Amino acid sequence: MPSALPDGEPVPADGALPVQALAGAAERPLGFYLHVPYCATRCGYCDFNTYTATELRGTGGVLASRDNYAETLTDEVRLARKVLGDDPREVRTVFVGGGTPTLLAAADLVRMLKAIRDEFGLAADAEVTTEANPESVDERYLATLREGGFNRISFGMQSAKQHVLKILDRTHTPGRPEACVAEARAAGFAHVNLDLIYGTPGESDDDWRASLDAALGAGPDHISAYALIVEDGTRLAHRIRRGEIPMTDDDVHADRYLIADDVLTRAGFDWYEVSNWATSEAGRCLHNELYWRGADWWGAGPGAHSHVGGVRWWNVKHPGAYASALAAGRSPGAGREILSDEDRRVERVLLELRLREGAPLSLLREAGLAASRRALAEGLLEEGPYAEGRAVLTLRGRLLADAVVRDLVD
Amino acid sequence: MPAIPSHVPEPSRTDPALIRNFCIIAHIDHGKSTLADRMLQLTGVVEQRQMRAQYLDRMDIERERGITIKSQAVRLPWAPTHDQGKTHILNMIDTPGHVDFTYEVSRSLAACEGTVLLVDAAQGIEAQTLANLYLAMENDLTIIPVLNKIDLPAAQPEKFAEELANLVGCEPDDVLKVSAKTGLGVEALLDKVVDQIPAPVGVADAPARAMIFDSVYDSYRGVVTYVRVVDGQLNKRERIKMMSTGATHELLEIGVSSPEMRPADGLGVGEVGYLITGVKDVRQSKVGDTITSQHKGAEEPLGGYKDPKPMVFSGLYPLDGSDYPDLREALDKLQLNDAALVYEPETSAALGFGFRVGFLGLLHLDVIRERLEREFGLDLIATAPNVVYRVIMEDGEEITVTNPSEFPEGKIAEVYEPVVRATILAPTEFIGAIMELCQTRRGTLLGMDYLSEDRVEIRYTLPLAEIVFDFFDQLKSKTRGYASLDYEPTGEQSSSLVKVDILLHGDKVDAFSAITHKDQAYAYGVRLVAKLKELIPRQNFEVPVQAAIGSRVIARETIRAIRKDVLAKCYGGDISRKRKLLEKQKEGKKRMKMVGSVEVPQEAFIAVLSSDDSGGSSKAKK
Repeated sequence: MPSALPDGEPVPADGALPVQALAGAAERPLGFYLHVPYCATRCGYCDFNTYTATELRGTGGVLASRDNYAETLTDEVRLARKVLGDDPREVRTVFVGGGTPTLLAAADLVRMLKAIRDEFGLAADAEVTTEANPESVDERYLATLREGGFNRISFGMQSAKQHVLKILDRTHTPGRPEACVAEARAAGFAHVNLDLIYGTPGESDDDWRASLDAALGAGPDHISAYALIVEDGTRLAHRIRRGEIPMTDDDVHADRYLIADDVLTRAGFDWYEVSNWATSEAGRCLHNELYWRGADWWGAGPGAHSHVGGVRWWNVKHPGAYASALAAGRSPGAGREILSDEDRRVERVLLELRLREGAPLSLLREAGLAASRRALAEGLLEEGPYAEGRAVLTLRGRLLADAVVRDLVD
Repeated sequence: MPAIPSHVPEPSRTDPALIRNFCIIAHIDHGKSTLADRMLQLTGVVEQRQMRAQYLDRMDIERERGITIKSQAVRLPWAPTHDQGKTHILNMIDTPGHVDFTYEVSRSLAACEGTVLLVDAAQGIEAQTLANLYLAMENDLTIIPVLNKIDLPAAQPEKFAEELANLVGCEPDDVLKVSAKTGLGVEALLDKVVDQIPAPVGVADAPARAMIFDSVYDSYRGVVTYVRVVDGQLNKRERIKMMSTGATHELLEIGVSSPEMRPADGLGVGEVGYLITGVKDVRQSKVGDTITSQHKGAEEPLGGYKDPKPMVFSGLYPLDGSDYPDLREALDKLQLNDAALVYEPETSAALGFGFRVGFLGLLHLDVIRERLEREFGLDLIATAPNVVYRVIMEDGEEITVTNPSEFPEGKIAEVYEPVVRATILAPTEFIGAIMELCQTRRGTLLGMDYLSEDRVEIRYTLPLAEIVFDFFDQLKSKTRGYASLDYEPTGEQSSSLVKVDILLHGDKVDAFSAITHKDQAYAYGVRLVAKLKELIPRQNFEVPVQAAIGSRVIARETIRAIRKDVLAKCYGGDISRKRKLLEKQKEGKKRMKMVGSVEVPQEAFIAVLSSDDSGGSSKAKK
């Protein structure tokens, strides 16, 4: 079951934003997230907003199917144009995620991108990424994406080990993601990411090292490594509760993280966010950095979240309800929150502390500053940057980031 | 149902020869309140349509738990069935049924000439009833043995009539058999009260002397004082004097309860009734004190007055520190009605501001805590109950310890702890289990008597400290619930006692300190340290948890440092969720108490200190 949406106030039917949200917009980059809510099968650990049916019907018989999905999504891009009005910004980043975007025809992804280009214009150096399932792409597919304007691709590799993939319900064969990297490079993708998951029940330290080595061997310029989070309501959570599968201890997660940072650093990767490593500045995912630096982005698609100038909102989750709203000319927004100054300060600490550049100490109040001095003394913050007015996590601090944030926001 | 009696004598003009003052001694659940209900109906003082169950029990807690904490007195007119022309006045004085209130029981008994010993015909006599029976015998009261609930299928009237006959010294046939529920035999009982219980004897023209046997705070009327007039007469609007303090008050109202308060001109020899003087605090009108007239008053008080002395102490702390003023106010209010409740402010490094509260016993503690929580809406942490120790230092200095953290560090010559004489009644098959339990609780066997072929009375001397924790629960579980317990303080003894401290990351946690026998210190330390390890979340650093006697560590566990506390993913849709989670975690952090540098969740204190799984509550509900 997909995770629940937050509570919030209703979104106006036309999706209009409060005036202050657009103030100073020109100074902030604008990105687009496009959500594709379809998967061939649902993985046991996944709590994303995704559906395995190919056709879902909304109220009034509006059909949301995989085949007309690009069309539906284009409607929301047009709505975005209306809501943002005469906002002159070109789009800096586009990220297509899911779900499994590559369950759609490559031409559909290109059409979605074209809608953005038509309505907003893409910046010359725009970063355009799609997530991809290793089993659902081939050379032609990749070539179509490339020609259509995509220049970055992210493959869900998760692990190089069959028994680990099995626990995760991943259907691809080991070795396939690595081959994809080469195919993507051949097709002309400048930037390629592999997603890895560690701490899956049954995975050993050596299994994890093997996965890291396999990923590095394929030659991506970006690697994301996530601890497996067992979300409530997933099949995996259910199996763990029934005692079929053991729960991974937090200390094991800590060990795996240290292994990852060690292996990746030696291979020439630098961390730039708690769970993300890249070979160079250019290899970083600019789109994700928009999230972490409080920029504006419009999330289109069922259940997608958006943020513009201190207003966060999120769409209805069900593709049928989503399509119905757009067909009726209404915003598919399900709820929103308008952030107070304090909310925005807390978010900045929360998000920026996870970055290599850290959070400026000027964001902290007195109690938070005192807490930061304690964190420094405990070896959770780096000495050098601290002296220059920035709270930057040490390796041990990264593993305790949430605890540090709790103290620093005081 | 008999007709309402005619020619009912009025208060202050009642011939003592027509008065019968009696109480009912019974175990909880043996049907005292139901019997009282029947008597109210039969004598016509409560109209049928106003009748409700347990009419006389005022507090919710009393009715819910089926116990009576404060006693009452009701004036019942009764013309015996064999002599309808002569209406007598029966004063039924209700007694508290619990060991904690023995002193109040003794004062109620002192106001009577006789007692109805009411025993459940399916269960037989219980330890507390036996204790009160002995108390009644010491007061030379006439005992009327009665078996109740004879309508129950499980009733064994023959067996228990024999048991009662043995105890009281009568024939089994003399034991009345009634059903308070159906009313069967209750008229005969009232007749017997008239026939057998002596009329009060006093000197009518002597200075007035009346004994206070209860004192109740009423938010509308102030303190209502219940008295039994022994000599002379008290009249309305005169000034009276409390003989223990010499304080004088004007009598605003005097009267009788039947069962609602009914003002009268006065009260004469042998009569029982109430007074209202306008005092606002029961400590100005103490149970056991003697009241006389201010002018030409008596010189000698009636005997038997004692100040109530707290036996058990516990620290009460508001869960939310900002409730401290509310807690003080609530205690002040409860004290208006409870002269035995004493308290003083106390500060704990771990729990903040609270009060060290003294109680008569565990039920008293439980009732007070429950009233604070229920009537005043307070959330409380109660520290484990402890007794009062007298510590003699080598230099001769004497220190009274009511809180383990006050236990002195220096050279101690001797430590004295209170001891009680415990009486346990149980079926003979449990003798072994009971003796084993008492031995492990440092008990000394005093003696053992067979009440009947299969029931036995076992007497032990036990340190009170061994009883205040979970003794009663253990006793119940080892005897499948059949044993009953009573105890009375008998003094103190010198014992090898030590203070065990708990240290978190090297810092002493005052709330967890305990005084235990030297031989039990190790077990206590190991148990508490293990429990804390389980309850305290991992911190950013390693936290040793130690138990120590003085500077000697006797148990140690380590809470490993937390190594991972970070969510791996934080993308667009996660941000609102994560900020809300952070707010929630901050709330959770507020409920943490900082002990030195260690964050300890409130729940850990509650789990470790809570006496919920100890004897108190179950004892009351037994």
